[in-house]
Amino acid sequence: MKKNQDAAISVKENRALEVWRQFRRNKGAMIGLALLIVLVLVAVFADVIWDYENDIIQMQIGNRLAPPSWEHPFGTDNYGRDMLARIGYGTRYSLLIGFVSVLIGTVIGVPIGAISGYVGGKVDNVIMRIVDTFTIIPSLLMTIILVSVLGTNLFNLMIALSISTIPVMTRITRASVMVVRNNDYIESARAIGAPTGLILLKHVLPNCFSPILVQATLRVGSSIISAAGLSYIGLGVPLPTPEWGALLSASKSFIIKAQHMCLFPGLAIMITVMVINLVGDGLRGALDPKLKR
Amino acid sequence: MARWTPSSSDKEEQSVFKHKQNRQRIVQALEEKRASTSNAVFVEHLTVQYVTSKETVAAVNDISFTLPKKRTLGVVGETGAGKTTAMLSLMNMVPDPPGRIVSGDIQVGGLDMRSLSPSELQCVRGQEIAMIFQDPMTSLNPVVTVGEQIAESVLLHQDISKQAAMVQAKAMLAKVGIDPDRAGEYPHQFSGGMRQRVGIAIALACKPSVLIADEPTSALDVTIQAQILHLMRELKEENGASMILITHDLGVVAELCDDVAVMYAGHIVEYGMLEEVFNHTRHPYTEGLFNSLPNIRNRVALLQPIPGLMPDPSKLPRGCAFAPRCSYATDACREQAPDVHHFSDTHTVACTAYRDASFAIKRRDIE
Amino acid sequence: MLKYILKRILTIIPVVIAVSFIVFFIMDFVPTDPAVTALGDGATEEQLNYYRETHGLNDPLIVRYARYMAGIFRGDLGTSYANQLPVWDLFFDKFPNTLRLALASVVVTVLLSLPLGILAAVKENTWVDTVCSTLSFVGLAMPNFWLGLLLIMLFAVNLHWLPSTGAAGFSSLILPAITCGTGNMAALTRITRSSMLDVLRQDYLRTARSKGQSERTIIFRHAFRNAQIPVVTQIGIQMSTLIGGAVLTERVFAWPGVGAFMVDSIQKSDFEVVTGFVIMLAIFVSLVLLLVDVLYAFLDPRIKAQYSRN
Repeated sequence: MKKNQDAAISVKENRALEVWRQFRRNKGAMIGLALLIVLVLVAVFADVIWDYENDIIQMQIGNRLAPPSWEHPFGTDNYGRDMLARIGYGTRYSLLIGFVSVLIGTVIGVPIGAISGYVGGKVDNVIMRIVDTFTIIPSLLMTIILVSVLGTNLFNLMIALSISTIPVMTRITRASVMVVRNNDYIESARAIGAPTGLILLKHVLPNCFSPILVQATLRVGSSIISAAGLSYIGLGVPLPTPEWGALLSASKSFIIKAQHMCLFPGLAIMITVMVINLVGDGLRGALDPKLKR
Repeated sequence: MARWTPSSSDKEEQSVFKHKQNRQRIVQALEEKRASTSNAVFVEHLTVQYVTSKETVAAVNDISFTLPKKRTLGVVGETGAGKTTAMLSLMNMVPDPPGRIVSGDIQVGGLDMRSLSPSELQCVRGQEIAMIFQDPMTSLNPVVTVGEQIAESVLLHQDISKQAAMVQAKAMLAKVGIDPDRAGEYPHQFSGGMRQRVGIAIALACKPSVLIADEPTSALDVTIQAQILHLMRELKEENGASMILITHDLGVVAELCDDVAVMYAGHIVEYGMLEEVFNHTRHPYTEGLFNSLPNIRNRVALLQPIPGLMPDPSKLPRGCAFAPRCSYATDACREQAPDVHHFSDTHTVACTAYRDASFAIKRRDIE
Repeated sequence: MLKYILKRILTIIPVVIAVSFIVFFIMDFVPTDPAVTALGDGATEEQLNYYRETHGLNDPLIVRYARYMAGIFRGDLGTSYANQLPVWDLFFDKFPNTLRLALASVVVTVLLSLPLGILAAVKENTWVDTVCSTLSFVGLAMPNFWLGLLLIMLFAVNLHWLPSTGAAGFSSLILPAITCGTGNMAALTRITRSSMLDVLRQDYLRTARSKGQSERTIIFRHAFRNAQIPVVTQIGIQMSTLIGGAVLTERVFAWPGVGAFMVDSIQKSDFEVVTGFVIMLAIFVSLVLLLVDVLYAFLDPRIKAQYSRN
């Protein structure tokens, strides 16, 4: 028995190693991974690098709207605060919102989708109709309504974005499960009397792992952009949090005088999403042996 | 996705395509060119490779053959022997990249196929030489009606109106045994056998003088097979065309072919007239193919398959490609490329064992 | 075929009802008081109570919902609390703008994406493909409201070529359409490319080539016609998302469309407006999706056969 378990574990390890090796070959993905690690480090150690009160919040009227310089590589904002510090600190919020909302959405959406896809029939019908109605309501509107109901703060923003991620993860899980469910080894497991839950956990889900993982990685990017968008219209994080969308919103009024205020936060969003998508694409390539390049 | 690099046209070829705008003149010029040669197809030292970043696959290795007018050549061999690649080269349709015609002289109807420009090739394909493909399920465009697919061939080579082309298309349908009123239907509305008939109609729409049929009945059941082969023979004789029939089925060869070329790992190992190859078999591989057939007269005999598998075409052995599986192989066979021996004007065999004049394979000659 | 269309139109009704209930239900939780929205901040508690009583705002949720839906079936979409205007009028005042923007965006997207996607597929793995793929990749990562701001910066502020706000005339449509169109362009290019790559491997292209057909005709008539379905699907999804209100773009350009108006109404707890608009949008989105499904039948005869069978 132990030998089988060891064999099973080493097979899993080998697979993970093989995936990593494939991933390593993709130069773009490796660059993405390196940059992602940098971003994560900046987010985690933001408090160490900058002091929240002094660097981020404290206004310095004497130095308002200064264009980029050696001292302030991204310039200063309308209150004289260093843009680099604000943008750097903002990394926390975007990464946190992006990853947490997708994590929650996945943890809730995947089991629902798995059950829906596996059991099929009426259960599937009911679940999918419910998911469909949420899909017809434009997701941004849904999120706006949720935020209006819950209140404007970071936590609620994450909840709202999680809720809008659930339908997507449910759909993709259901689709994969429906494909896997018809495979013969599922029949054999059922034939020897394995309970449904066990089948789902041990046989079905591990084979749906890749499309779910890939979709989740790509959703992180869209969550970050959605969060920024909501902050832009004032429904995301409360002022004066230096979230990137909020920074863009502040730059609106100074679009004539201080264009650097608009340029850099947007660049930050774009680069972060690109980095995450690079890693996501790399994962997709490494996990799918038949992918056309 | 095929890409052709334009090459300098031979002066003689250019005269055929001089009046490119006027398709009737091209058809005439092709006819004249064809009349001036004695063979429908002439191939010499053809080598085709598939080159990728990882490996080079030797698909076709230095083959030569001649197809006289109005005769049928059967190209026999297992899957992966290079038959399809060789015949695609006749139309210069080997997908490039990754395929490449490395060397060889390919002449169809007197035209040097390798020196034609892309637009000249478009004139020749369908008109002078046409192909019937193996899998009728995937070789027809699902969103175009069968009538239009046949008419397309006609419109490419004749200066006529769409209506006139459709009239011809319907006539072709009738000829291959399909109700012409079904011309407006789509491929998915037909069975496999009928789709293959459509494929035949498409190939023959412009009455080409060389017809290549790539395992036309492999995807169909045996009863339909007989009908399709019969149809092909009829139409071929009606048009006075020459045909190359690619198949792995010796029974089909016996039915339809005048000459036979046996291919193995990209080489032609035995080549001759039907009677010579079947009744005076000389190559060990050909013998192996015959032995693999169940013998209806000897029901208790065991099947004798050829042991082993065809070699990986990216790593061919040094000597004869068949040597690893050959029960007659000698050291000389494994070291050098096989000698070519002529048993008659028309019968050649590539086998080093025949250096020994007394060598003979086990299969007896049938008189 | 006609039966299929009718059946689909009928299924829109339950969807709309479900959607309206969900929105109505959630809107109930928005903290703003509709009475305050109607009467303004200066109203006294007494006035507010009177308003709530006469407008049935104190009734339980189900009762209010039933009353509202009864109105819907009579064709009455309700009245806005914020400005006392009929929701119907408000919707059809704003919706044409949203529709204009959506159509213009789709045109921009399609005109750019299809050629790029086909080109990238045909020239797979060459520098052309790499450039196209990189462009799409960057486009996907760009937040579209930021792109809007950049475009305003460049074309309105710095170059003074185009107006930055408003919906008057054709020139003010350009920047918003490009803004919406670009983000979608990235996705559509990818899908076009991948769909074309699938088709380019198919055998029937070889058959066409063997007839003597030219490469260009093979790509456009034979290959692309088979690659259309996923492309059309994506265009349909994009169109329906745009109808749903390109809220952010509308905000950036002060475009008087449905989305921006809804955001304001949500915050004012103007639930009749929100629910009414969502219902209308749900109907239009469903119709767009139906149109896409009908289009499939014309593009692929196998799908048409499926519809007739069912």
